[in-house]
Order: sequence, then C-alpha cells, then structure tokens
Amino acid sequence: MNVAQVVFSMENNILEVRNLVKHFEVSKSLLSRNKKIVKAVDGISFDIKAGETLGLVGQSGCGKTTTARSLCLLDPKTSGNVNFYNPETNSMESFDNIDEEGLKVFRRNIQMIFQDPYESLNPRWTIKDIIKEPLDIHNIGSLSEREEAVIEILRTVGLTPPENYLGRYPHEISGGQRQRVSIARTLVMKPKFVVCDEPTSMLDVSIRISIMDLMLNLAKELDVSYLYITHDLAVARYMCNRIAVMFNGKIVEIAETEELLQNPIHPYTKRLISSIPIPDPSFKRDQYQIDFDQLDNIISKNPDEKMVDVGGGHFIATHDTKEFFIDS
Amino acid sequence: MSTPLLEVENLSMHYDTLEGNVDAVKNISFTVNSGESFGLVGESGCGKTSVAMTLLQLQPENSVITQGSIKLDGKELIGLSENDLRKVRWDSISIVFQGAMNAWNPVIKIGEQIREAMREHYPENTKQENINKIIELFRMVGLDESITDRYPHELSGGMKQRAVIALALSCDPKVIIADEPTTALDVVIQDQILNEIKKVQDLLGLSLIYISHDIAVIAEMTDKIAVMYAGSIVEIGPTKDVFKTPKHSYTRALLDSTPSIRGEKKKLRSLDGEPPSLINEITGCSFSPRCPTPTEKCKNQSVEMNLIKVGENHFADECCSGCV
Repeated sequence: MNVAQVVFSMENNILEVRNLVKHFEVSKSLLSRNKKIVKAVDGISFDIKAGETLGLVGQSGCGKTTTARSLCLLDPKTSGNVNFYNPETNSMESFDNIDEEGLKVFRRNIQMIFQDPYESLNPRWTIKDIIKEPLDIHNIGSLSEREEAVIEILRTVGLTPPENYLGRYPHEISGGQRQRVSIARTLVMKPKFVVCDEPTSMLDVSIRISIMDLMLNLAKELDVSYLYITHDLAVARYMCNRIAVMFNGKIVEIAETEELLQNPIHPYTKRLISSIPIPDPSFKRDQYQIDFDQLDNIISKNPDEKMVDVGGGHFIATHDTKEFFIDS
Repeated sequence: MSTPLLEVENLSMHYDTLEGNVDAVKNISFTVNSGESFGLVGESGCGKTSVAMTLLQLQPENSVITQGSIKLDGKELIGLSENDLRKVRWDSISIVFQGAMNAWNPVIKIGEQIREAMREHYPENTKQENINKIIELFRMVGLDESITDRYPHELSGGMKQRAVIALALSCDPKVIIADEPTTALDVVIQDQILNEIKKVQDLLGLSLIYISHDIAVIAEMTDKIAVMYAGSIVEIGPTKDVFKTPKHSYTRALLDSTPSIRGEKKKLRSLDGEPPSLINEITGCSFSPRCPTPTEKCKNQSVEMNLIKVGENHFADECCSGCV
C-alpha cells in the first residue's frame, strides 16, 4: 500500500480539508490560445468530526457538487490537502497519488449518495445485484455471506420483507424506494464517511422526511459521518450539526446549525436565509438584498483570505462586506 | 372581490388508458375572485396539473370531461369550439407551465416568440406597439429590454422563467395559472421570481392560481388554498385558517412533514405509504390507508367523499376531518 501517512493532531476528525482547489480549464473557442479558468472550488477548508453531519449549502453553480466529487476522488483536485481517517490504520491519511490498492481502501470507507435515484441505479440489474456489486468488487465475504449482508441492509433501510425486493428491477419500485436502495448500496460497505449530494431533492415532500429520518438513524446506528449537500436551508437544519455556506467556490461562513440560522453574520448567509419560504402564512419574511456582482468581485480580489473565528466555532470570511450590502 | 371571476363546479375528468380509466379530477368545485390568489397543493400525481390543463382545456386527447362546468366571468368554457377557446386562452387565462423556461424555441429570439403570440391575439397592433408592450412587460418582471434580441440559450434559468411570465402577461389575461413555476430554480432565484409574480399580480389586479407541492411557497403566495389528494379536494379554505387549524389529517400530515428554518426545531413526521392508484375505483375514504390516526369510521368502505363546513369559508372532507 502506498499511502502517505500524515498524522493530524485534531481529535476524532474523520475528514480534514485544507485549501481545496479545483479549477477547470475552458478555452473560449477552438482556435483561441487563451485558456479561461473556471474556479469552481477556490481554496476551501473545513473539518468533519466522527458522527457529525456537515451541511454544505449555496446556490446552484457555487461549487458544492465539485467539492463532493473532488473529495471522493471522482475529479482529481487541482491543489490542497485532504485527509481522511483510515480505520484500518487508525490514522489520518492523505489519499493523494494512491495506487489501486490504496484506492480500494479509500472506496471502502468513503461513499457517495447521488441526487437522482432514477439515473443512479442500473436499470438492467436487480436490486440484489445492485447492492451486492460493491461487495463483489471488494471481495468481501463468501457468496452466501454477501447475500446475507444484502438482506440485512435491505431490512436496515426499511425495505421489508427483503425477499420481496431482491429480484425486482429499479423501474418496478417507487422513487422513495429507489433512494433507499441507493442508501443500502452505499451503506452495505459500512463506510465511515458518506457524501450525500441532494439525496432528497427529487422526492415528494411526504417521502422526503422518511428518507431524511432514515439517514439520521443510520448515522447513529452505524456511526457514519455525512457531508450533506443541499440548496435548502430548511432541510440542512433538519439534517446537520453544522452548516458551511458556499458562494462562488469559497466558504463564506461556517457555524453550528442553530447559531448560523439565528445569528448569521455574512450578508450572503443573510440573503440565503431570507430567501427561504416559511410555511406560515402570517409570517412576513424580511427582504434582504445584496449585490452579487460586488460580492463576486471582492471574493475574486482576495484569493488568499482566511476565515476568522468570531466565537464558538463560528467562522466567517474576512473580506469587507460593506461594499455589496444593499440597505433595504 | 365579491363576484367570482372563475367558478368551477363539480368538475370531473378521467384519462382513458389501456389499463382502464384514470380518475385524475374528481368532482372538484372552487371559485377564484378577481385579484385573488388561489393555491392548489398536493403530492405528485394527485391531479393538480390535470386541473390546470382542464381549466384551459389543453388536456391530452385521451381525456374525457364527464361532468361539471367552468365559468369565466359567467361564461361557460366547457363545450366551446376550438376557435372560441383560442380567444379565451391567453386573452383571459394564461399559464406558466412547469419547466416552461425549457420550452422556448432555441432558434428564435425571445422577443420574436412573444410577438408571435401577440400577433395572433392582437392582429390590429403594429409591430412597434407590440415591441413597446414587451419592453414594458420586461421592465415589470425585472428584465433588461435588450433581452428581446437574445436567444434562449443566452439566458440563465431565472431570466428565461421571467421571460415566460412576461409571455403569459402579453395578452392582458385576467387569470394566470402558475404550475410549479419555480420548481427547477434555486432558492435565491425562486425568491426573486415569487416577488416578481406578487408584484405583477398586485400591479395588474390579476387572479392567480398557484400550483405547487411546496407548502411553504403556497403559504406565502396565496389567500385561499385547496389541498388535493387522489384527484379530490379534501380541504379548502382561507390559507391562514387552513395552516392554523388544519381539519383534514392529510393537510395535517403535509404540514407536519415540512421543515422550516423558523421556530423550534421540531421532529418532523413522515407520511408513510403511497397515494392510491387512480385506476381502481376507490371505495371509502381514499386517505384512510395512510391516515396516521384512523377512526372506525374511516375503515368503513361505504363512506363517501363529502366536504363539510368546518369554519368560515373553510371546508374539509367529512371522514378525515374527525381524525386530526
């Protein structure tokens, strides 16, 4: 195994991200020599503790999914340090430049749940094949043990009796059940850390809560940590211990969930909070406006800025926020 | 606000399919006053969009309206010839479809596409009059006038959706149906579009029928709501009353399953099970299999769907109004 060992002193962290950068090169036209760089993720840092759920919220295109894909080694990062806890060696390790063997260790412990349960399951495979695949790839247990594991995990995610689901195909079950299958496939590996990319945004309201509850229960039961990506702060509040707010590739504020919602400091966080509809007709939301272009300007002018702790683990970006604040 | 602008009475519609009749709209009645916002809320497949399509009689060919009437300004719409309907659509009632922003023709400029609709309905207008009108509408929905000369692919999702709203306003309708107009947009853009719709509605005194599965959006946008389940309206009343004192256990369940960023963080309740298939005849209360607190009465197969008065202008299905 060729895994560079970096021991961090932090206690019980499952993930440590320092200055993660992911740039994409796009050329303006076929013949143009000037390469344009899209800074999808531009130097973000955060930790996730064991058993914790960190929410990553922001508008579409702010770099949430790119962050997820970089963390999961689906897209190689441009620069920065990412360290995961490796339960097999009981230490924090960087998985940069790993060989095939190292990648297998990585994939056993870090998994991902995708947004669309209609597109992320192979339509020609039965539920049993879909859930068993990771066990086959990692060669875990004997054939009969694998089948038992599949039945066990189906029961855990609430698809009971499991025998009724084993032989079915994805098109034969509903959207909520499909997302349960996705979760089963992810958790059958008993990962320590799961990246969830909007796992409930495609589901109907009534089903959404049961999937969210299932994930919360499984986190406790199986001791999993989540990075939970969503654009909906109400969902993030329900799911997450802490929330990081992202804007144009940067994290602008990060705090405990209730602290962030009660005492938001960064104007972008305030804008995001003020745009969430409240299910109470007698409540009138504040209209909070900011100048997004100005904010973008300031952020791109200060590429190396640091986050400061304003107390109790509440971090905000240090740039001057007066310039893009519109008093309303 | 006294005489209803739109009156729907006992409307029923089914789709004729190979597997049998799908009863998508069952005996629905509601009224919308001039300048009022009316919300239709429910899970996917409960018949919300079918109601919208039936109002405009744009439903697919395999659908059959079996009973009921739709009156706009006292004039019956059911049974009108296609020619007469063309005058009602867009002139009187227009619609913003779900995902309408993706329905722009990619090779025609936005302004030209809106003018096409206006030419059809106002053949007497000059080109310049139409262009001026479009620019005025664009200002109203917060778009720059230069957008008229842009192609759809040059615009962001939010801009395209604003242009769709301008298109829906182009022939001065009295009623706008908005069918999940913000579902594909992110929260900040959604907030802007909702504000735009509210502003335009106030400015022009329009009636709005707002269809959504998102009960938080409905709470903010409407004066009156109807909760739909399995093709029927199970509760209808002033939005404030329905949210404050929901009478039907399905409404209760919808409210209990909606997370909010305000107030105490509460344990949300999921609604187990799935809505019934609309192909089979449903006997008894359609919600009883999923009702969290069913009574003996609910299990009785002979109960009929029946809206009873539960408050001022507030009605709920008799069976489940006792279950909350």
